[in-house]
Amino acid sequence: MSAPGLRVVEPVPVLRVRNLVKEYGEGDAKVRALRGVSLDVERGDYVAIMGASGSGKSTLMNILGCLDVPTSGTYLIDGADVGRLDERQLAILRNRRVGFVFQSFNLIPRMSALANVELPLVYGGVGQAERRSRALAALEQVGLSDRVHHEPNQLSGGQQQRVAVARALVTAPALLLADEPTGNLDTASTGDVLRILDRLSDSGRTIVLITHEEDVAEHAKRVVRLVDGEIVEDRRQAPVDGPPPRAAAR
Amino acid sequence: MNQLEILRFALRGLLANKMRSALTTLGILIGVAAVIMLVAVGEGSSRSIQQNIQRLGANTLTISPSFSGGGGGGGGFRGGPGDGGGNTGPRTQARQLSLADAEALTDRTLAPSVRSVSPVVNASSPTAAYGAASHTIAQFVGTYPSYFEAVNKPVAQGTYFFNDDVLAARKVVVLGRTVVTELFGTVDPIGKQISVSGVPFTVVGVLKETGSTGLQDADDLAVAPLPAVQQSLSGFGSLSQIVVQATGAGTTTTAQSEVTAILNQRHGITDDNPDYRVLNQATLQETVSEATGTFTVLLGAVAAISLLVGGIGITNIMLVTVTERTREIGIRKAIGAPRGAILGQFLMEATLLSLVGGLSGVLVAFLGTRFTIAGIEPVLVPSSVALALGVSVGIGLFFGSYPANRAAKLRPIQALRHE
Repeated sequence: MSAPGLRVVEPVPVLRVRNLVKEYGEGDAKVRALRGVSLDVERGDYVAIMGASGSGKSTLMNILGCLDVPTSGTYLIDGADVGRLDERQLAILRNRRVGFVFQSFNLIPRMSALANVELPLVYGGVGQAERRSRALAALEQVGLSDRVHHEPNQLSGGQQQRVAVARALVTAPALLLADEPTGNLDTASTGDVLRILDRLSDSGRTIVLITHEEDVAEHAKRVVRLVDGEIVEDRRQAPVDGPPPRAAAR
Repeated sequence: MNQLEILRFALRGLLANKMRSALTTLGILIGVAAVIMLVAVGEGSSRSIQQNIQRLGANTLTISPSFSGGGGGGGGFRGGPGDGGGNTGPRTQARQLSLADAEALTDRTLAPSVRSVSPVVNASSPTAAYGAASHTIAQFVGTYPSYFEAVNKPVAQGTYFFNDDVLAARKVVVLGRTVVTELFGTVDPIGKQISVSGVPFTVVGVLKETGSTGLQDADDLAVAPLPAVQQSLSGFGSLSQIVVQATGAGTTTTAQSEVTAILNQRHGITDDNPDYRVLNQATLQETVSEATGTFTVLLGAVAAISLLVGGIGITNIMLVTVTERTREIGIRKAIGAPRGAILGQFLMEATLLSLVGGLSGVLVAFLGTRFTIAGIEPVLVPSSVALALGVSVGIGLFFGSYPANRAAKLRPIQALRHE
């Protein structure tokens, strides 16, 4: 991207990971889930991290989402070193910079879709009126304007996941992380969610998603393959500043 | 993230489990209501006992003969035709109370704290008759006019008898309400003549009703001049009592020592074994209020235990809530809830539970203390309300902080993995 002689100012990557190691357990039972992963993700990229179960992809995702801490290595979001942040700053980071979509949706039960989407804004200290309009806008983006007052148990899996995507988007984070977002969904719902992700990528949002399904990975601009805690393949399927491959093909 | 949002989250959390929240609140409610009501009942009974004691007379000392330590318990000191000396008992030095003793107590220089002295003889349950009606009077007292004030028995109708009546040994009598009802029914008794054990007495007054104290009917009483009673009923023997009224509430103890000194001298008593005893109304009152105070504390302590149990109920429920909602805590943390917000939410839930329980407990106690409980009118003690409410909120904060802290400290990934 920066040819010799024609040196442009390299933008700070949204994500920069260096020699990330994560170990679980002690002594003989010690498991190395990540064995020195280094990765840069630029603004606007759409990265699919692939790997069999046990390859360490979920561990990586949890560290990227600031839900877990690495044993060693550095991790920068927007140039800020996550390892040096205290509990309070980490909470702000999770709130403002990262949107997380879980495989099992993880909506809060007995709260309406709207209240669920508003929740990150509540913790972010956004006022009531603005909170409502932003949450409604996010729900409209995922096509759920007609389900605003439904509670999670009144929504289908696909709808729940779209609420979760809206919740991840509502704070306009620098990074959208999705941990097997289609893992629990049927084909039709999978299509819905992937179309939303494609559209978000097309509008310039940075997305990192985890999957073990090839046809989900085909939607990404870049595919990173993880085996036993190490990156074994890093393949680009479409340029960073272009549309995602499936959206372009359509 | 402001306090109002935390309050809303807490309310939503509580309302999600209405039954559970209601039962936990009930525990605190019962605790708080029990503390306030039992303390009120204790206070109420203490006051009623003190009122009863005060009704017996203010600032009075009652001196009665005592045969303790000796074997001379035989000679009935309730009057009767005694032989006057009391010297016939095995304890030769034991002497009965005499009219001369009573007169000695009126000495202004030796006993300056004594306001009045009323010698008392009791005629043993004489039968009074008026027309066809007859009644056995439980207490027929012969005494001086000062007796009425000393033992706090005002006349409601008619008059007292006077010193003249005493000097002349006139056969006049002031009756208690029970005697009047038994003998006269609805007829006005004033000026009528009744016969007591065959001796005619003229009724001059009726005592104000005092109500019964304990087993005895305090209104089943007749009071007549001392010599009249001695002449006709009890004989000129010893006195059954001497009632001494002190000059004021502060001087009863001084009066007691003065009286003791005079009587010791007159009876020739040098050791600590006098042949009379002095009952001090003030000391009695102190002793009784000490006893009832202990009683109130005991009741309060029992109630406090139920409050504590209620508090443990809150801890239990909060622990269950935290465990049950660990995933939710994980989700909230994953989308950026700071530790303070989680801590605040669960602390607020615990505090709300105890506050709502405490306030409704106060309400129940307010309602409950308006009724008479087991014959006692409860008296609400404001400090017990403040204490019970304060303790219940304190319990909520204290017992809620452990589960709340545990929730707030969870790492997001630990909480999310929790099933």
